[in-house]
Amino acid sequence: MDENLLLKPARAVGIVGYGVYIPQYRLPASEILRVWSGDEGGTPIKEKAVAGLDEDTVTISIEAARNAFARAGIDPLELRAVWVGSESHPYVVKPTSTIVAEAVGASENIQAADLEFACKAGTEAIVMAMGMVGSQMGEYALAIGADTAQGKPGDALEFTAASGGAAFVIGPAENSLATINAAYSYVTDTPDFWRRQHQVYPEHGQRFTGEPAYFKHVSTAARTMLDQLGAKPSDYAFAVFHQPNAKFPQRVAKELGFSKEQIQTGLLAPVIGNTYAGASLVGLTAVLDIAKAGDRILVVSYGSGAGSDAFDISVTDKIEERRKKAPSTQQYIDRRIEIDYATYARYRGKIVMK
Amino acid sequence: MQKVYIAGVGQVPVGEHWDKSLTNLSTAAVRSALKEAGNPQPDIVYIGNFLASSLSHQANLGALVCDEAGLRGVEGTTVEAGEASGAAALHMGYLAVRSGLVDCVVVVGVEKMTDMVGTEVQSAAVESGDTDFEGMQGLTYSGIAGLLMQRYLDQYRAPRDSFAGFPITAHNNGVNNPFAMYQKALDLEGYKKAPVVCEPLSLYDVPTYADGAAAVILVSQKLLKDKNKAVMISASEIATDTLAVHDRADPLAFEAVRISTENALQKAGLTRDCLDLFECWDTPSIYGMLSLEAGGFAERGQGWRTAAPENMALTGRLPIATLGGIKAHGLVPGAAGIYQVVDAVTQLRGKAGKNQIKSAQVAMTQAISGAAASAITHILRTA
Repeated sequence: MDENLLLKPARAVGIVGYGVYIPQYRLPASEILRVWSGDEGGTPIKEKAVAGLDEDTVTISIEAARNAFARAGIDPLELRAVWVGSESHPYVVKPTSTIVAEAVGASENIQAADLEFACKAGTEAIVMAMGMVGSQMGEYALAIGADTAQGKPGDALEFTAASGGAAFVIGPAENSLATINAAYSYVTDTPDFWRRQHQVYPEHGQRFTGEPAYFKHVSTAARTMLDQLGAKPSDYAFAVFHQPNAKFPQRVAKELGFSKEQIQTGLLAPVIGNTYAGASLVGLTAVLDIAKAGDRILVVSYGSGAGSDAFDISVTDKIEERRKKAPSTQQYIDRRIEIDYATYARYRGKIVMK
Repeated sequence: MQKVYIAGVGQVPVGEHWDKSLTNLSTAAVRSALKEAGNPQPDIVYIGNFLASSLSHQANLGALVCDEAGLRGVEGTTVEAGEASGAAALHMGYLAVRSGLVDCVVVVGVEKMTDMVGTEVQSAAVESGDTDFEGMQGLTYSGIAGLLMQRYLDQYRAPRDSFAGFPITAHNNGVNNPFAMYQKALDLEGYKKAPVVCEPLSLYDVPTYADGAAAVILVSQKLLKDKNKAVMISASEIATDTLAVHDRADPLAFEAVRISTENALQKAGLTRDCLDLFECWDTPSIYGMLSLEAGGFAERGQGWRTAAPENMALTGRLPIATLGGIKAHGLVPGAAGIYQVVDAVTQLRGKAGKNQIKSAQVAMTQAISGAAASAITHILRTA
């Protein structure tokens, strides 16, 4: 491929701070089996994280952003943008991003908007932040991917639709704990999963969500990124792929030539489920929690509808001191209260009250 | 009456063709069959299709399929008989050539299942049963098969594993067929481990719906160019039974299968011993079993003894599903009956490779719709 398809900012940029938030409630997949299929059959993951009664995409975003600022060590007033990617914004009209911006103490002279692109809205926010900082229109931008994903009771997606999110302060490379060397996005009109206005739960095309959707976009984005960089899988210490379940990211990693060791740190779907716009980004936070200076990381998101964003990231020596300044992703995973299906149904508003 | 020959066959691999339309599939099958037959000018195109109206919201396939296949202006019409639609279209083509009215007919079976998913597909597919008395009550294609299998197990005290011969034979023979959706062997252990789909049917007892198209070119002797490659149709017989299973005096007697098998053998002047292979309706496995019994290949209630894998394997007494059958191909409702005929032709031409039945000269194919509400039997011979 001769054409240069990579997104590389004029000024080098990176991740100045990162933060995660995962709600403490866990619904074991076996509970869903018990209620919906008489305990028969397999489950795509072990358990999923469930938002509590007082949690939503806004609160998850704020918690994650505060952790990101703790690590970044910058004043939120230095932000020039707050962008939140989610498919479960509490309001259809009225931004999540302004609530988050004000709650974290950003100034009023900023860009703010909500993004929606199924599970890749969060990574799209990072690409936008790269553009703003890379063009020197601003020093810092906050990019968030968070969701309290909806799964129709009894549907295959109910096993995995989970809650959680991650926030990233994007800024100049010289103040970054990891530089983002390049990004690349691949998008097509592929109707594999959707939710229309006034629909409570999304619909999906069953097996169509696999080969022509997830696998085509994730592998094309990853391969194009590697080709354009002249890189190979073994150049990376870690890889994180969007994780709607446990199987898809493992299969795509194998097809692309990545080992189990390279993906296991960032593969959290088995224990927290699919946090949608947060999924690949929460995986990245787990990697940053243990990565060493010089480590290279490949991140590929996937959003239905459909598209993938790929990022080539290099960890810097600022990682060591900053990562201790906020709770690790593993700490959030360990903070666990198991609930039954009835409690889950109440917490997630699945019981019609009026 | 003039003799009817199959001068060419064409097929597309069965699968989930998300990126292909009804006519992408039908055109590929028609053009490759016409090419193989030396590109004769067709007088008629008969299209076997079951669900295009429901799943693709497309009727009037005669015009659509002919036009897309480069046959604009040619007579074309759809023939529907549930899952046996392809075989029914072949029967119409047979009648047209046999009567002397025309000399060349294209018969193409096509189905596009993946335009919809889930319950939409399920509720369309039940249309081959009795909508008022079965479909409305939630009885699906597999649901009816499950009830019949349970009845069989109770009535004849057959061991549960005795149905394994059908999927084992089909899957083992599908391994060498690039047109089959599943090309993986199956053993008894794998069969036993499969999850239950619809009590007592397990995963390997039921078909997988899939997209595909298959075509054959029928010609009279006048247009027959290569007699070595040609296969003659010796009989083509459709018989019907009650649509709803509860209207039958004996639900385990597939009367349509009995009548159509007996008529076909009689028309062809053959006995069951003359058959080198039988492309039967091998799935749901209970339908394979009841077809063997109704067709006179096994005693009533004893089919499970006959249906041992060694009897139905390529080297067995009555080979079935010789290139994967419907189980390993995937069930393409409008085309299944044509895929069966394409496989039989491949055997009779001696082109079945590793799956070749030694010196095969006579083959029977049989498509059934619903719980054998219709049965369509064809007997093919080397020309």
